[in-house]
Amino acid sequence: MSPTRREFLAQSGKFLLLTGAAALAFDQILAGKPEEASNYKLTNHWWGMIIDIEKCIGCGACVRADKAENDVPRQPYYFRTWVERYHVPPVDLQHPETESLPEVDSPNGGYDGFTEKYRRGDGSKNFFVPKLCNHCAHSPCVQVCPVGATFESPDGTVLVDTKYCMGCRYCVQACPYGCRYIHPVTHVVDKCSLCYHRITKGLTTACCEACPTGARRLADLKNPDDPVHEFLRTHTIQVLKPQMATGSKMFYHGLDGSVR
Amino acid sequence: MRELFKDKEHLVRVAALAVAGFLVFLLAKARLVPAGFGAYGHFRAGALDDNRARPLVFAGRQAGADCHEDIVKARHGSKHAAIGCETCHGPLEKHAADPSALTPERPDQRDLCLGCHHENAARPAFIRQVNPQDHGEPGPCTACHKAHHPEMEEPAPAAGAVVGTAADPHGAPPAQPAQEVKQ
Repeated sequence: MSPTRREFLAQSGKFLLLTGAAALAFDQILAGKPEEASNYKLTNHWWGMIIDIEKCIGCGACVRADKAENDVPRQPYYFRTWVERYHVPPVDLQHPETESLPEVDSPNGGYDGFTEKYRRGDGSKNFFVPKLCNHCAHSPCVQVCPVGATFESPDGTVLVDTKYCMGCRYCVQACPYGCRYIHPVTHVVDKCSLCYHRITKGLTTACCEACPTGARRLADLKNPDDPVHEFLRTHTIQVLKPQMATGSKMFYHGLDGSVR
Repeated sequence: MRELFKDKEHLVRVAALAVAGFLVFLLAKARLVPAGFGAYGHFRAGALDDNRARPLVFAGRQAGADCHEDIVKARHGSKHAAIGCETCHGPLEKHAADPSALTPERPDQRDLCLGCHHENAARPAFIRQVNPQDHGEPGPCTACHKAHHPEMEEPAPAAGAVVGTAADPHGAPPAQPAQEVKQ
């Protein structure tokens, strides 16, 4: 059925005025569903996260939330995010020059929390470190992928194309932060997507949503109103393995030198 | 012209083969390279939409506040005010979309609290920590504390009090060296 003159003019006028995505958004607004309008612009965002170690209480809410949101296998070897407990023993007063190596544990990735294991006040230093994909700007995993199945998106996340990945595991070995695993069902690689399906809809990530103390906070570095800029300016910030120049966008506050 | 190409028929054949080979390459490329590859970089542009297509599981704290104003009011001024609803009540996108589809479970009123508030050497000092052995009575924490506003109206504990004793269950946690450095 050919369109009437009126329909033709309305359609062409709409597409001339509002091209591309804007026209699609307009369709959804006309249909009475403005919230589904795809007005997310890739070039307007640059995602990262602030992780405040001094606020992490090791409750494991982020690990549980992440596994629920992203359907991560419940077995204790698959994690998109996990929490580590560091125990730095006291300095040996007879031999203060010897480095005291930290003890690190992460029972079930912190999914069930941490049972008390060390004694407060014995001279040791104890703290929790939440870990996840660092969404590097110059990511080693992207560089080694032979087929272009993992990539840095224009808005600053490192994502996986599960339809294109062939499960060769190069990226699993290349990631300096150990953030990737091969999914036992799909047999392709899986990792933190920074809840891409949430942040592109204006929500925060599942782990940030669940964190009770605000130890994790999603940050949009291209948004001038994001409090991240104030936080980065007024706090001491470090990324994991800065010597590898990965361009990590997980900004840790209170990061101890013993953390690897 | 004719003179020039008299003995060069083989060159024309090679050229024709090269052109044919190039056409085969173009056809193969068109078939093998997925749609949208290279639009933003060395990846398939559709993968961005694939990643966006995952369904939500957590509704977000705004969705909770939109309907449950009474809870927002109850939590006002409490240290628990900034905690997301789904931190304790679990993921509730289904409940937010259709309240009758899923009724949130009431979380365990002892284990849930202790997940954050059990004494632990690695836990920073700002969070109140108790040893359940000698704090309060066995049974749900909510027997004394309101979950949405757990602070109890009591005189401020004396300085240097030990946390979690029967005499002073709400004493300030002992100061740690890390805490002193921070201040």
